[in-house]
Amino acid sequence: MSLNMDQWKVLLVDDEEEFVTTLAERLSIRGIATRTALDGESGLRRLAEEIPHVLLLDVMMPGMRGLDVLRAVKRDHPAVQVILLTGQGSSKDGIEGMNEGAFDYVMKPFDIDGLVAKIGEAVAKAVGGR
Amino acid sequence: MAIRAYISRHFDELLGKVEAAASPHRYAVLRRKLVLIMVAVAVLPLAIMSAINFVQYQNSLSRELQSPMRVLLNKTRSAFEFFLAERTATVSFVAAAYSFQNLADEHEINRIFQVVKQKFEGFVDLGLIAANGTQVSYAGPYKLRGKDYSEQSWFNEVIFKGRYVSDVFLGFRHFPHLVIAVQHLTEDGSYWVLRATIDTRQFERLIASAGLEPDMDMFLVNRSGVLQTASQIYGNVLQKLPFDMPGATYETNVRTFIDPEGRDLFMAYSYFPETEYALMAIKPRTSALKTWYTLRTDLVAIFLAGVLFILVAAYKLMGVLIRRLQESDERRELALRQMEHTQKLSSIGRLAAGVAHEVNNPLAIINEKAGLMKDLMAMRPEFPDRDRYTGLIDAIIRTVERCRGITHRMLGFARQMDVKIENIDVNEVLKETVSFLEKEATYRNIELAMNLGDSLPPIASDRGQLQQVFLNIVNNAFAAVADQEGRISVTTWEKGPDSVGISIQDNGCGMNDETLKHIFEPFFTTKKGSGTGLGLSITYGIVKRLGGDLAVQSKPGQGTVFTIFLPRTAPDGAFKS
Repeated sequence: MSLNMDQWKVLLVDDEEEFVTTLAERLSIRGIATRTALDGESGLRRLAEEIPHVLLLDVMMPGMRGLDVLRAVKRDHPAVQVILLTGQGSSKDGIEGMNEGAFDYVMKPFDIDGLVAKIGEAVAKAVGGR
Repeated sequence: MAIRAYISRHFDELLGKVEAAASPHRYAVLRRKLVLIMVAVAVLPLAIMSAINFVQYQNSLSRELQSPMRVLLNKTRSAFEFFLAERTATVSFVAAAYSFQNLADEHEINRIFQVVKQKFEGFVDLGLIAANGTQVSYAGPYKLRGKDYSEQSWFNEVIFKGRYVSDVFLGFRHFPHLVIAVQHLTEDGSYWVLRATIDTRQFERLIASAGLEPDMDMFLVNRSGVLQTASQIYGNVLQKLPFDMPGATYETNVRTFIDPEGRDLFMAYSYFPETEYALMAIKPRTSALKTWYTLRTDLVAIFLAGVLFILVAAYKLMGVLIRRLQESDERRELALRQMEHTQKLSSIGRLAAGVAHEVNNPLAIINEKAGLMKDLMAMRPEFPDRDRYTGLIDAIIRTVERCRGITHRMLGFARQMDVKIENIDVNEVLKETVSFLEKEATYRNIELAMNLGDSLPPIASDRGQLQQVFLNIVNNAFAAVADQEGRISVTTWEKGPDSVGISIQDNGCGMNDETLKHIFEPFFTTKKGSGTGLGLSITYGIVKRLGGDLAVQSKPGQGTVFTIFLPRTAPDGAFKS
């Protein structure tokens, strides 16, 4: 079962507001409904309000760290697929995230089309797993 | 106190507090001091022993040399005493056996003299002297009858002592002789004297028959040092010895002395109890001690050889010890520097990772903003100067991509600290690594050939570490080749089913065998001042850790080939780095 792009639900959590608003707008332009949060705690609250297919999660955030958010999400909402955004490429965080059940990781800065493709794969997995 | 301070200062240096004395000449100084101490410790007892032996042996040898001299002197003295006692006894006997009247008769005394002369050698004359000192009768070669002796000291001595043996003197015919006089007391208390002259050439015969060694001189001398027999060294009869007589002793005495002419001598002497004589024997020490001198030469040679041996042994031994010490110091220093280097690398790695992360976030914002601009532009069918803006935005995105490449490389460097095994295309890693150096190759006009094998199987290995290995070796090749004519070729091939081979060849300066032996040792470097000497040792360590092998062939002036073999599957231990 596959969904159209406009049915995808994405939550973007990153502490860089400029980055969050811009990326969210770009995804919206592509028809992907994207909600945002600027830290881990509010991210988890937003996630609980409406469960997305995919969570785009920054690894390095002040307060609750990305990997902690990932663990919480995987514990409470295992169907949500998490794509980690990292400034450190294939660093330990990325690898650890994969071990913790993240769908994939993307190194900043990235190409939007590559990210959309990855989101598509994640949505397919999320929908398939439901 | 000064000595104690000196010693303790030197021992401080010797015993561990070496850091205090750290200087380029430290080991040479340490070696010199250790050798000195060791030699002193070994040579001192040897020298003391040798000196004691030397003195003891000399003494015992002297004693041993003196003893035959003493025996000879005693024997000869006995012969002399016997000779004199016999002559004295004869004169006494004649005096006792005959009356004054008998002896006063010229005819009779001549007869007695002839008998005595026949039976006892050496009698020259015989005379009877009355109590008033007048010669009453005389038998002998001279006309001495009527001569008055009353004023002569010997006559008084014979009256006083009963008998008298004179010093040797030269008589009328100038041959040496001595006088024996005996007083005879008659029953009525009157007395007379019988006097005989003895030819002392008999003495020479006694000495000649003593069996002297050729270099030994023996002579009779009176208490005032006047020769009574001829001496080989000190002249003829009645000459005076050139030195003072030693103190009177009836025991035979042997001593060493140096005579006024500088001769080093053994002197044996013994005084005669009854007479004024002393018998003396002289022997040069040099001839007596000839064996000792040769032995002494041998001893000195042995001592010197011993000292030399100790010196050489100490020097060599200390050389070995100091070298060991130096090596272990160097190893310690090496380990410290290696640790330092590793720490430096890891802190650089952390720094690089931090910078990359910090830069990547703003880059992501720029990237997204530019992307959004592009998106917005694309949404409007009519956009003035669309191409121009598209070009500008693409330039921003390309620049972001370039920066991303840089941060990627920095992160790659940081990653070298961690081993991460993944499937790797060796050709791709090589291309990426060489791309770092392409600019340099262009500047220096170095030909860089890549002969990468087709369909090379992927291997399970660590990307970052492999990159470091290739970069190190290619960097070395760049350092070895000359500008304009340098040629570096990188070749890969499939080597059997389990491994791949990589060779990096240059036509640079090459290395000699001595350098080749050491190139994988840490801190060995030929780049004086600029190299850490760690590159190839780290490289070798990584290749080994990844289960591979690294070989090198080189000829001075022709170039160098590094060959690396990497297994297609990583060994278990590779993860534990």
